[in-house]
Amino acid sequence: MSNQLLRVTGISKSFPGVQALKDVQFELDRGEVLALVGENGAGKSSLMKILSGIYSKDEGSIFLDGVEVNIDCPKTAQALGISIIHQEMNLMAHLTIAQNIFIGREPRGGLFLRERALNRKADELLKRLGINLDPKALVETLTVAKQQMVEIAKALSFDAKVLIMDEPTSALTDVETETLFRLIEDLKRAGTGIIYISHRMDELRRITDRVTVLRDGEYIGTLQKEQLDIPTIIEMMVGRHIEESARPTARDHANNEVVLKVEGLNTRQLLKDISFELKRGEILGFAGMMGAGRTEVARAIIGADLSEGGRVFINGKPVKIKQPSDAVAHGIGYLSEDRKAYGLLLEQDVNTNVLLASLRDYTDALGFVHTMKGKQKSREYVASLRIKTPSISAITKNLSGGNQQKVVIAKWLARDCDILIFDEPTRGIDVGAKEEIYRLLNDLVAAGKSIIMISSELPEVLRLSHRIVVMANGRITAILDNEDADQAKIMDYATRMGDEKEL
Amino acid sequence: MNATPVTEQTRVEGGTPEPQRSAKSFLRAQIQQSLAFATLVVLLVFFSFASSNFFTWSNISGILLSTAVIGILALGTTFVIITGGIDLSIGTGMTLAAVMTGIFLVNLELPLIVGVIGGILTGGLMGFVNGFNIAILRLPPFIATLAMMLIAQGLALVISGVRPIYFSGVSGFKDIALGFVIPSLPNAVLILFVLALLAYVLLSKTLLGRYTFAIGSNEEATRLSGVDTRKWKIVIYTVAGLFTGVAGVVIGARLDSAQPQLGTGYELQAIAAVIIGGTSLLGGRGSILGTLIGALIMSVLINGLRIMSIQTEWQNVVIGVVILIAVFTDALRQRRAAS
Repeated sequence: MSNQLLRVTGISKSFPGVQALKDVQFELDRGEVLALVGENGAGKSSLMKILSGIYSKDEGSIFLDGVEVNIDCPKTAQALGISIIHQEMNLMAHLTIAQNIFIGREPRGGLFLRERALNRKADELLKRLGINLDPKALVETLTVAKQQMVEIAKALSFDAKVLIMDEPTSALTDVETETLFRLIEDLKRAGTGIIYISHRMDELRRITDRVTVLRDGEYIGTLQKEQLDIPTIIEMMVGRHIEESARPTARDHANNEVVLKVEGLNTRQLLKDISFELKRGEILGFAGMMGAGRTEVARAIIGADLSEGGRVFINGKPVKIKQPSDAVAHGIGYLSEDRKAYGLLLEQDVNTNVLLASLRDYTDALGFVHTMKGKQKSREYVASLRIKTPSISAITKNLSGGNQQKVVIAKWLARDCDILIFDEPTRGIDVGAKEEIYRLLNDLVAAGKSIIMISSELPEVLRLSHRIVVMANGRITAILDNEDADQAKIMDYATRMGDEKEL
Repeated sequence: MNATPVTEQTRVEGGTPEPQRSAKSFLRAQIQQSLAFATLVVLLVFFSFASSNFFTWSNISGILLSTAVIGILALGTTFVIITGGIDLSIGTGMTLAAVMTGIFLVNLELPLIVGVIGGILTGGLMGFVNGFNIAILRLPPFIATLAMMLIAQGLALVISGVRPIYFSGVSGFKDIALGFVIPSLPNAVLILFVLALLAYVLLSKTLLGRYTFAIGSNEEATRLSGVDTRKWKIVIYTVAGLFTGVAGVVIGARLDSAQPQLGTGYELQAIAAVIIGGTSLLGGRGSILGTLIGALIMSVLINGLRIMSIQTEWQNVVIGVVILIAVFTDALRQRRAAS
């Protein structure tokens, strides 16, 4: 028998409007840790969902132990010995550890569950893995790290030959990560093949034998352990280079008036010591990997989430923002990445949406809304932002993504917001409309507004931002002037999980 | 008797903060469990002092008898609510089951046992349709069972011709609720206790119960673990429907008639009993013992207020307030668990 455990070739998968994977391949040996890396949206998760039977592939073949297999549902994957530990926790909090591990495979005598046998089996499994937990403990009483251990135990209880770990350390402390790595070493010795997805470059050298890089749904290449070199990996991940000419520089932006200053902001869950300044007429880009805490910074600033110990200054004056309405009162508008859920009343017309945040301005002392005055204002915004809509009474749902985004922008402009926080401003917007949004953002800062732009697309960040804040693991790891930044440099800072910091 | 699957003290070795945390949350769960029971005891003591007629066997037996129907409905609903769902069709569903029992026994003159089973299966069929609509057509439980509530109400009226069906000619039917297999314990109460025991065993000792909790705790995770959650949801709603069917037979026997206008309002009282008993509306948590206590609290309250000669109108106000307190306690517990 050869040492090869799993071979995947020519995998393609498309979703309506998106080609998620194109002709992807990789190989996994027995007792090997293969890292799968790539930017957000490179196709790692889709590929793993195909392997674990959650998605079905459009094309391609999967060979396990040299035999082609057809994985049509999660149960088939489990039966074949392919187990996945999902990034988000997939446990039943109200059940015990043992009940979670053997869900769907409970030992039974006739109609009745054999609880004692279940606990014994779980206990044996946990002991074998060297995980020191009581199988009868309720999962909700465990720390995140211990829950992760339960997930791993569950995945391995299927006698997994192939174990897929999707960002297993994202919620773990250093000590817990060490425990996990020891477990991985044991599994390797036992011959288990492990596919390890991680954003943390420092981990790759530690535990992986090979690294396969994906980009935009395509297979880019595989590096052997001896070739592992972080700059090379980052270059493979980033790939394309954007034309330098289109980029603004921090020097373009001579205005030094600070409109928003954040000092030492923390949240209990994630953020640690967030401090930065936003200047008038500036676009400040926020870059980082998924889960780095960029959206959380925005939510903490506008008072949507509880923050601790931080101070926020607007135009030099300290302000207390306890809830989103306080933020709006101080002229901060937040445009959520999910504008359909948080930004718009989809079933209402454009006029209603534009005026939504500033209805009070059009309401008299008796509570009557003066629609005509409001409609006039709406028409002005539709014209000035070039919102393509048949009329201001068109239902917002029927507008294109780009135009919906403009309606949200109009809403905050109508409210006289001087500071706009855009979370993924072009998500779900097609390429042509993106340019339109970019131009609008530039127009807004030219008119004296200040913008914080959170984006997962590095070309977008580099294209628009005067300065770039890079975050990793709830911290700011760098604040770069645009002229000093490039994709590789940002990726480098975005994958620094430790305490090293350079400002 | 404790219907949650874990009865021993949870204990985690090796971790520093856990033993304390788990002990604390264990304690909290126990306190919640006992809260309803303590309320019941306080009510019993209070009414005993307030009225000398309260703590007599005939009155207690009356309380138990009036608990039977709501209690049986609440038992089935407990399963549904633990999955994170809701069943609004149990009240009028019970009425339809009673009417169908009447049709089988009075109009078609079928044998007693056949008519009774027919009535119970009527409830089961409604539950099955609910389950199908929720699991396969993916309608929200609230809407699916609201629709079924109206359908059952309409059908009960149409089938009966808006007239009560009297069982006076059916010998032995009345005894199903009011006879005595055990001396001085009405059969309706016996049925409640036997069904409670059955529900307890189902919920804590069988696969059905395990998946009821699992679905309520994290449905997607349960599905990804290879459990056919759609099938199990249909089973769970069908079980709830069967309990509704039994309640229909029992109320028919107790009133010795099938009253087609009856039934609305019962579903809310049953749901209230489940919530007062500590089952979480968000799913994943609940117990049969709690539901039984919740149903008893409801009838003790009604009975006690009546014995103290408090107007019916005020009785409703008091029950409304009790429901508010119970749901608020549930919300408080969820919020604490979240932080």
